[in-house]
This record gives sequence, C-alpha cells and structure tokens, in this order.
Amino acid sequence: MAQMTFLQAINQTLDQQMEKDASVVVFGEDAGFEGGVFRVTAGLQKKYGEDRVFDTPIAEAAIIGSAVGMAINGLKPVAEIQFSGFMFPGYNQIAMHLARFRNRSRGKYNLPVVIRMPMGGGVRALEHHSESLETLFAHIPGLKLVVPSTPYDAKGLLTAAIKDPDPVIFFEPKKIYRAGKQEVPEEEYTVEIGKAKIVQKGDDLTIVSWGAVLRDLQKALANYKTDKSIELIDLRTIAPMDSAAVIDSVKKTGRLLVISEQVQSFNVASELMARVNEEAFEYLEAPPQRLNGFDITVPLPKGEHHHAIDEKKMHHAITKILGYKI
Amino acid sequence: MSIVDRFDPLKKKMFQVLDQEGNIVSKDDVPEIDDKTLLEMYRVMQLARIADIKALQYQRQGRMLTFAPVQGQEAAQIGPMAALKKTDWLSPAFREMAAFLYHGVTLEQTYLYWYGNEFGSRFDDGVHVLPVNVPIGSQISHAAGLAYAAKIQKKDQVALTYIGDGGTSHGEFHEGMNFAAVYNAPMITIVQNNQYAISTPRHKQTKSETIAQKAIAYGIPGVQVDGNDVLAMYAVVKEARERAIKGEGPTLIEAYTYRLGPHTTSDDPTIYRKDEEVEEWKKKDPIIRFRNYLINKKLWTDKKEEKLVQELTDLVGETFKKVEQSQAPTVDEVFDYTYETLPPYLAKQKEAYKAFLKESEEN
Ligand SMILES: Cc1ncc(C[n+]2csc(CCOP(=O)(O)OP(=O)(O)O)c2C)c(N)n1
Repeated sequence: MAQMTFLQAINQTLDQQMEKDASVVVFGEDAGFEGGVFRVTAGLQKKYGEDRVFDTPIAEAAIIGSAVGMAINGLKPVAEIQFSGFMFPGYNQIAMHLARFRNRSRGKYNLPVVIRMPMGGGVRALEHHSESLETLFAHIPGLKLVVPSTPYDAKGLLTAAIKDPDPVIFFEPKKIYRAGKQEVPEEEYTVEIGKAKIVQKGDDLTIVSWGAVLRDLQKALANYKTDKSIELIDLRTIAPMDSAAVIDSVKKTGRLLVISEQVQSFNVASELMARVNEEAFEYLEAPPQRLNGFDITVPLPKGEHHHAIDEKKMHHAITKILGYKI
Repeated sequence: MSIVDRFDPLKKKMFQVLDQEGNIVSKDDVPEIDDKTLLEMYRVMQLARIADIKALQYQRQGRMLTFAPVQGQEAAQIGPMAALKKTDWLSPAFREMAAFLYHGVTLEQTYLYWYGNEFGSRFDDGVHVLPVNVPIGSQISHAAGLAYAAKIQKKDQVALTYIGDGGTSHGEFHEGMNFAAVYNAPMITIVQNNQYAISTPRHKQTKSETIAQKAIAYGIPGVQVDGNDVLAMYAVVKEARERAIKGEGPTLIEAYTYRLGPHTTSDDPTIYRKDEEVEEWKKKDPIIRFRNYLINKKLWTDKKEEKLVQELTDLVGETFKKVEQSQAPTVDEVFDYTYETLPPYLAKQKEAYKAFLKESEEN
C-alpha cells in the first residue's frame, strides 16, 4: 500500500496496465514527452517508448477516430482529451462511431477504448475549462461513463475501464487531482463499472453525488447539525447508472437529493429522479430534489461562485428536503 | 512582382524587410508608412510588451488569473493590424493581445478578460474584433463567414484571423480555409508559427516543411514571413488585403516567430525547451529590431524611449488597479445574457437564487 493522490493513482494504473498488457497505448495532446498538461501521464513515454506513448497533433476528431481504428486492429487505446470542453471536435467520432461499432457490426467489432478527460469546475480556469458534460455522454447508447471521487476508485475504475470490452469515458475531476492522499494498493484490482458506493449509511435522506462535488459534500455533511441520519451514495458510474442502489436506499429513507455541478435541465439527476419516480413512488415522503448549477453558461472565474455548489447551498438544500412534510 | 509570387513556400523562402539588427535588407519592399503610424505601431508594441510582463507578475502574485503571454510575437500582430482598415474584422485565437490593442480593444478590457470577467469580451461599438476564441481552429470559419458576408454585401472589408502552428493540425483549420478559398472570400489567415503548441514542437504537428505551403492545396497564395519583422508583416498583409478586396480570395501567411514566455501562466516551458534556444530568439526580439530601424530613420531616441516606457508602465499600473476594483459579476449578469428574454424556468432559477442569497445574508 502506498499513499497516493488521485493523479498519482491514475498514473500508477496506466503504468501498471502498460506493463502487463503490451497492447495498451497512451496518447493525446502533450501527453507524451511532457506527460500531459496536468502530468497525469508523466514518465510513461520514457518507460514505454514513443510508439506506445505519444504526443498527437491538436486534432480531437483524429485522436478518437484513430483510437477506433487502433482498437479494431488489436490495440487498447487510452486516449487523453486535454480538457473535456475540447472533446466537441471529437464528439463526432464518439457519437457516430465509438459508441456504435459493436451494434453496427452485429458484435464483430467491439472497441476496448478508454477516453480520459479532466472535467469540472472550481479551478478558476478560462472558458471551456470548467464544464460538467456528463449528459452528453450518458445520453449516447453504447458508451460507459465513470467519474471517480477517490484515488482508490480512480485506480479500480480505470483498471476496469481498460479491461472493459466496450468504450469507457473516464472523467477526472481536475479539482481533486492533488487534493489529499489515500492508501492505494500497489497490486492490480478493479472497481466494478456500474456499481454505486454507499459512503455513509443513514435512514432519513438519500443524497447522491459523484466526483469533486462529493468530496465537498462530505465536508459539508460533517459541518451539518441534525438529528436526522443521512445516507450518502457515490454514484461513481454515470452510465450504466446504478439506479437500483439508489432506489433501494430511497425505499428506506423516503427522500432523495441529487447534488452535482452540472447545469440543471436534462442532467443526470433528471434521469435518476425519473427512475426513482417509476420504481419507488409509493415510498417517497418528499418530492425528489436536485441541487446543481443553473441553466447558464459556466461563468468565468469572477462569477463562477454563483454557479458553484458550495456548502451553504448544500446545507440549504438538505434542510429544505428534510423539512418537507406531505 | 508581388511578394507571394517571389517567395515560394515550397522553396522555404522567407520574406524579410529588416534584418535582425533592424537594417533594411530589401529596399524595394520597405512599405510606405507615414511617421505617425510608424510611431503608433511602436507605441502599441511596447504597450503590449509591458502589459504582458506586468500581467505575468500580477498572476504570480495571485492577482490575475491564467493568462496567455504574447511576448516575442508583437511584430506578427502589430504589422498586420496596421495594414488593415479599422473596419476590417479580426477573428482571433487567444494570444493576440497586441493585435487587440492596435485594433481598438482597450487595455482595460483585455485585462478584465484575463481577470476572469466576461465584460472583458464586450468591446466598444465600431471595434471590429471578436472575443478571445479558446477552442483551437474554430475561429477560422468565423473569419470565412465574416469575409463571405463582406463580399456579397460589397463592403470594403476583409477578415483577418490568427491561429497557431499547432492549430493548423485541426480539422477546423482545414474546413475554414477551404470554405473561404472556394468562395474567394476576402480572408487573411496568419499562422503564428511560434515553434510550440504548449510542449509539442512544430515538427510533431505537421510533416509539411513550411506551414505556408499548405496554401497550395487550397489553391491560394501562401508565404512564409519573418514574423519578428514588423515591416515585412505589414507589407505582406497590405498586399493580401488588396488581393482580397479585388475578389482574388484568401491568403495564408506563416509568421515565423517565437513565444518567449510560457504557453500560459500554468505552463513550465523548462520541461520542453532549452534556455539557450530562448536566448537565441531573444536576439531576434521584434521590438529591438523595430526600434533600431526607427533610430536609423531618426524617428526615435533613447530619451523618447525612456519617456514612453515610463508613460506606458504608469498606464498599465493604473489600468490594472481599475480592473482590480471592478465589480464582480452580479446574479443578473450571469443569467441575463443567456437569451434575449429569460424563459420562465430560468427566471425562476434566478429568483430562487436571489432569495437564497438574501436569506443566507440575513442568517
Ligand atoms: C479544440 C482544442 N483542443 C485543445 C485545446 C487546448 N489547447 C490550448 S492552447 C493549445 C496549444 C495551441 O498551440 P498553437 O496552436 O501552436 O498556438 P500557441 O498556443 O502556440 O499560440 C492547446 C492544445 C484547445 N484550446 N482547443
């Protein structure tokens, strides 16, 4: 066991998988020589050579499109998109091909591709560097989308993603890249894709969150005075979503609050609330609620606090749903 | 013979008017520029340089946000802007502070943008500059559209756009270039080949020997220019503008230059390039070269230099103070520019947020 940051856990996982499996290749803009703008892939080119770890031209469509070709021809590409906001030029390849090849070829071609991308806000960045674009991937059949919130899960989920026969979008909340260390086993292990985790047990309210927001939420809960007990679920995988875990929890608590930094309309909470309504309606003691960003363009840093989900907003939302009486 | 006819990009011939010391290498190519304009060009080059150095310092002090320095590339921006009319469009990437300042954006606006406030992208009426464009390559087709509109509305107007060497790898670069070329749109594209795209050197972006030669595939003129030579940049854009207005279509100009600073304030260039390389390029500083030219022309003196630097340093300091005192975006401001009129659900979000803020203030 070693103490690792989120970023180190990802680096160590890539290293381990490249060592074990010669078909794993790692590439992206500045991902080779420099090891990426966040240094997530640092040291890998030196160790595994320029054929397996390389800098690409600035061309997101070609990064994803070539990953499709590589996967068909025997490799396991782990591509990096420098920031999730810059996946849009590559979105064509993701939606038109990456997600569809298995179905299109009636199972002849599956694509074991991982696309890593730093995402989310809270780092006072320029335009297009702070978005939470879960919905754009979760809405496409054939894709998986994971968002770890801890170094342990980062390693376990990335290992699972690399071994997965289908394409996985791997979100890295950049705000927590270096925020705190955790014991992470040296040896290989996986965290199952599609399984949520109960972080804290409780009986009166179910709160679902993921990624960097979940970390802030844990602090906010520690500072929240109540005699009620709160169940906290880390969704970890957005697609396929583990709604069963949430529904089980809501059947017990009767109350659901989903907290994320997405914009509100058509977000992950919308889907989760719909599933809870479909399957646990009669257990509800309050209308399911969501706390998230507004339906606005994420403001530049001087206005970002308006959109961000801070402790005050969390406390307010929790108090509101706990106090709801039918 | 025109510049583009004499400097064949396939032969790696680079157009130059001034040498590294500021001496004229090609007499016939010295553009006709009146003294007042020459001095204004110099003033804005210096303003951009000083504003750039100060911004880096402010950022290091935690008073400014991420910032993309322009240092070393001033000539590649001031020459072209001086050759345009004020009514011509500029569709920038994100490293064009010098071009902004010459084409009518105020220093306060530029600083406000890098300070993290959207109002830094709202320029004065009559200023034909689009906001900073972060997604690589996407600005080229904006310029193609601006140029197309100018053409069919028979305006005396061109659209000039900037991109980096790395940006030419992008599909959007190709689409925009081809689009403008097909319609003979009055567009001028300047690739600032500053040798790196973050850590990635130019030779990893393209196998083309020059970037200018990519023009051949679009069926348009392309020329490689010494991007640290402000007069060469002026002359080549002047010529490209004339061709564009005559209906002869776009020109691709590769400005061969160097980014002296980091990619942005988040970047550590020592990882991927050697100090010696930077020192070599410092000798080719576009500002020193232009100053020598002006001194030789008896337009400039050390005394004037001292006065100007002082004046601009004060201006930059005062401007930044104003920016630091600027009001943070209000709730209305973060909502109200989403649509012409806020739809009911969004108006509700805004009102609920205001009520929440009021309540938490009272508690
Ligand atoms: C579509 C897109 N992909 C990635 C990025 C991240 N990024 C910002 S600047 C940059 C390098 C740009 O290099 P170049 O075009 O040479 O311009 P320079 O920065 O040297 O001025 C990259 C990859 C981006 N802004 N947009």
